[in-house]
Amino acid sequence: MRLRASRVALLVAAVAVIAFPFTDSAFYTELLAKAMILAIFALSLDLLVGYTGLVSFGHAAYFGIGAYATVLLAPKYDPASLWLVLPGAVVAAGLAALVIGLFVLRTRGIYFIMVTLAFAQMVFYVFHDTGLGGGSDGIYLNFKPSAAIGSLQPFDLGEARQQCWFVAALLFLTWWFLARLLESPFGRAIVGIRSNEQRMRALGFATVRYKLAAFAIAGALAGLAGSLYAILFGFVTPELLSWHQSGNVLLMVILGGIGSLAGSVGGAFAFVAMQEVFSGWTKHWQLLMGGVIVAAVLFLPGGLAALPGRVRRAFGAGGG
Amino acid sequence: MAEVLLAADGLTRRFGGLAANRDVSLSLVRGEVHALLGPNGAGKSTCINLLSGDLPVTSGRILLRGADVTPLPNHRRSLLGLGRSYQRTNIFARFTAFENCRLAAQSRDPQAWRILGRAHGNASVRDRAASALEQAGLGVRSNVVGAALSHGEQRQLEIAMVLATGADVLLLDEPLAGMGAEESARMIELLKSLRPAHAILLVEHDMDAVFEVADRVTVMVEGRVLESGLPHQIRASAAVREAYLGEPEASA
Ligand SMILES: Nc1ncnc2c1ncn2[C@@H]1O[C@H](COP(=O)(O)OP(=O)(O)OP(=O)(O)O)[C@@H](O)[C@H]1O
Ligand SMILES: [Mg+2]
Repeated sequence: MRLRASRVALLVAAVAVIAFPFTDSAFYTELLAKAMILAIFALSLDLLVGYTGLVSFGHAAYFGIGAYATVLLAPKYDPASLWLVLPGAVVAAGLAALVIGLFVLRTRGIYFIMVTLAFAQMVFYVFHDTGLGGGSDGIYLNFKPSAAIGSLQPFDLGEARQQCWFVAALLFLTWWFLARLLESPFGRAIVGIRSNEQRMRALGFATVRYKLAAFAIAGALAGLAGSLYAILFGFVTPELLSWHQSGNVLLMVILGGIGSLAGSVGGAFAFVAMQEVFSGWTKHWQLLMGGVIVAAVLFLPGGLAALPGRVRRAFGAGGG
Repeated sequence: MAEVLLAADGLTRRFGGLAANRDVSLSLVRGEVHALLGPNGAGKSTCINLLSGDLPVTSGRILLRGADVTPLPNHRRSLLGLGRSYQRTNIFARFTAFENCRLAAQSRDPQAWRILGRAHGNASVRDRAASALEQAGLGVRSNVVGAALSHGEQRQLEIAMVLATGADVLLLDEPLAGMGAEESARMIELLKSLRPAHAILLVEHDMDAVFEVADRVTVMVEGRVLESGLPHQIRASAAVREAYLGEPEASA
């Protein structure tokens, strides 16, 4: 019964996402695409925070590396091939996470949080203070990447609707991939590590290697989100790798419910929606946002993902 | 003749100024239960931690099937057939009893690294988990979450997880701690049934239990081995009685 309800909800959401661009509102179509990109980003972080037990406070580094890689891999005066820049960004971010993971995974708890932040700041300053990516001004992606394969043109990212659907497809793919991963032997092992790493080691699991793999996969998926972000807005700045961005994605995961894939997606959507609504009301919107997040943590532990259960309990278990 | 699976030679472990283990040597033989006795703080758990690799030694050597495993971390020793249980129950409290054992069995699966296949699809891993649960007497409780098991059942699960890994060297840290009489009796039967195929180190405070199953007994005091021998020798030892049982050497 519960499974059916969640399936129906997912189906409704999918139909809404596919239908929405037909409203012909360029602004909201872009906003929807942005929310879905941040949902991929939040999903990637939840793999670490929610399932592996690694609270990374530097996850924006991989998002930013994915975004910069997309621009830097593209030729200046021609559209890049999507099939080059997108995988290129994923691989670049994944490799960066693999290398940084080798260092940060030597630490635990609060030190892990600080060291992930420190590495992200280092990456931030690489882009901020060197000419590599246009320095503090950022850099433009001059053309939308082309999806052409030979003479075949399956879709056109220059068309807002198709771009939105492409992002939607990748969000569902990421979601599906993570759901599968969590049911796999590898997924079971990382969840075991989150709940009792000592015992996992005693049982014969090389836990550091598992954590490193999770860190690299999460980095690669963050890079995918960053690449899509660069394609959507055509512009990247060091702000994308700032600690604000790392904090925001952590808030999306917390808001949605740590350790819930649907929660992370919901958290990202809620975050983008609030940002949009509150900033329309007042320029002090960040205060309002902070208030909502404090309230969510206090009154809705478990985040949005815990909401259906709460509602069901509040209205009595009669129907269930 | 005797097949020595695990041998410790001169193990020493210091915590700052405290020598929790000092020059401890012992060996475990397949088909035997080797009991490790000693008052609180004698260094029994530390000894298990050194043998399992949960703690590095300060000095000394550990041979597993004749190979020096002293520099290997605990997960590598585990893969070589060494399994341990913990004095303080150390299970995956939010997983079912079955999933606890399935994870343990998965550690031996050559496909443990697969990212897309379903973990539950692996029949050989599932079977190993199920038979370990059955053996430990938890077959009917396999779908109960760890935290919801009784204390005694959690102790049984500790053992079941070790069995699910297929280890043949078992280091058991007070498996009977806090168990009722009936549960204890069942656990002792389990230990007897495991004896033929395994080499077992049993840390235990319950004297009756120890002398019922032990083939060999080592007594530790203040980090050192005080005495090691056959059960009747230990029972007759005046030094043991004085140091461990706290009785002056008055009576027989
Ligand atoms: N990680 C540690 N750091 C510092 N001291 C320790 C540590 N582990 C154990 N000790 C000390 O080493 C000594 C031996 O402890 P250990 O736990 O091995 O004793 P034990 O024989 O298992 O006792 P018990 O019967 O109470 O379980 C104790 O004095 C203990 O305080
Ligand atoms: Mg102890």
